[in-house]
Amino acid sequence: MKRHRTPAPPEAPRRGAERRAGVNRFSAWLRNHLRVFFNTLGQLYRAPLHALLTVAVIGIALALPAALYVLLQNTQRLADHWEGTAQISLFLKPSVSDDEAEKLAARVRGLAGIKQARVLSRAQALEEFRALSGLDQALAALGENPLPALLIVTPASEEPADAEAVLETLAALPEVETAELDLGWLKRLRALLDLMRRAVWLLGALLCSAVLLIMGNTLRLAIQNRHEEIELMRLIGATDTFLRRPFLYFGLMYGLLGALFALILLGLTLGLLAAPAKTLAALYNSSFEINGLGLNASLGLLALGALLGLAGAWLAVSRQLKQIQPG
Amino acid sequence: MIHFDHAGKRYPGGFEALNGLSFEIAQGEMAFLTGHSGAGKSTVLKLIALIERASSGQVIVNGLNLAALRERRIPHLRRSIGMVFQNHRLLYDRTVFDNVALPLIISGHGHGEIGRRVRAALDKVGLLNKERAYPITLSGGEQQRVGIARAVVHKPPILLADEPTGNLDPDLSREVMELFRRFNQFGVTVLIASHDLDLITRLPYRILSLKAGRLTGERAALTA
Repeated sequence: MKRHRTPAPPEAPRRGAERRAGVNRFSAWLRNHLRVFFNTLGQLYRAPLHALLTVAVIGIALALPAALYVLLQNTQRLADHWEGTAQISLFLKPSVSDDEAEKLAARVRGLAGIKQARVLSRAQALEEFRALSGLDQALAALGENPLPALLIVTPASEEPADAEAVLETLAALPEVETAELDLGWLKRLRALLDLMRRAVWLLGALLCSAVLLIMGNTLRLAIQNRHEEIELMRLIGATDTFLRRPFLYFGLMYGLLGALFALILLGLTLGLLAAPAKTLAALYNSSFEINGLGLNASLGLLALGALLGLAGAWLAVSRQLKQIQPG
Repeated sequence: MIHFDHAGKRYPGGFEALNGLSFEIAQGEMAFLTGHSGAGKSTVLKLIALIERASSGQVIVNGLNLAALRERRIPHLRRSIGMVFQNHRLLYDRTVFDNVALPLIISGHGHGEIGRRVRAALDKVGLLNKERAYPITLSGGEQQRVGIARAVVHKPPILLADEPTGNLDPDLSREVMELFRRFNQFGVTVLIASHDLDLITRLPYRILSLKAGRLTGERAALTA
């Protein structure tokens, strides 16, 4: 009270008062956002354990559906790989000679929906069987070749339904004894994939709602802890928007960090699985490798986390803040 | 500046806190509101800041008819009012500086501007050297002065105080009243609810006496 600054001039409180007091609306808005952003970071920094726990819970909830999604994508890739080599085996009648078989192959190649057809002659079939089965002596004892000639046909389309149509046409050929297309297991695999896909969506939706609830609950506690502060802020003229903003940032930040945590978890898990998966693939003569989430899906997961955090915060905060009024 | 026209406040359950209260405080005036507890002093202040709405009659503050003021405009009304509370209502997890800065932060002032204005306000209440202290380390009188600095930092045209000296000894009370007097000299309209008759009757300002929600007496301002 020793010195006095310029006297406070009374100011009209109407619209525009802030502007006259030297506050530009946009820069005020920007300043408020920046202030809240750094305050939120500061809060995370000051209570790292609490933050980490919340982030971990959200991260695990997001990592589960993400992991299932990766599993689904990889299985799908495997299935596509197998379906791409779907073949029809036409066992020809014993009376059909190798020459006739070649002619038949040429004819089949000309049909619609056929990509490729090659003949496996009776001698070749025997050779192959001998090499793969190891039943040399038994075959020698038989004396004559028991195997029919074979026409191996690759349908142009990889769709099981198309392949089946081709199969029907081919089975009707007079030279063909039996025609085989083992679609049963492919169908089962597809059905399984459909089931998995739906399960991933359902589980994903369930765990996303869990993230919403976690966010809501965390924020309810945060708001209760700041009850007095919020009441005071209202008394000195804070708007709903102003009061809501820090909590929304809080939700956004936690959601984003949770998604990042989920990505790290997923990366670690896939890293641990890569070597055994490679070994297993090698045993099947395959060069199959587990694919990760990929850039787009990773960004998608981050966006999803941020969105869920924000939405959870919005749901929790809007109602709660309304209830806190000075009395 | 503050105009009550047959204003009434009836609470659910039938309790009538104010009953047809009419008075007017002119711009730049300083006045006291007195009466026993329960007489309606706090209710008058609550109606002015729209913490509660009058159930009958009219309240006009700074040219705004409060009955017609929509919910989302309330913050703007409150920004034109500085409020001082009996229990200070400081935030104890923030420094004195941060407490005083709150009204400026709410209205989005820049960093430099906030620093300048907060220091000016703290200087006026004589606490410039305490800006980094936490309120809990201050005496009751000092805490009340922080509350006053916060109420005036954004230069509101109206200053309301609810029992600002309720917890202070006579010397500190006089100091606090002296502060209000100075703000009034700068043109701020000041309305103080107080039951400390000893103190306020010795000051030359107008005194409105309330009893059971009605105006029962009035002492005009003394001309010095």
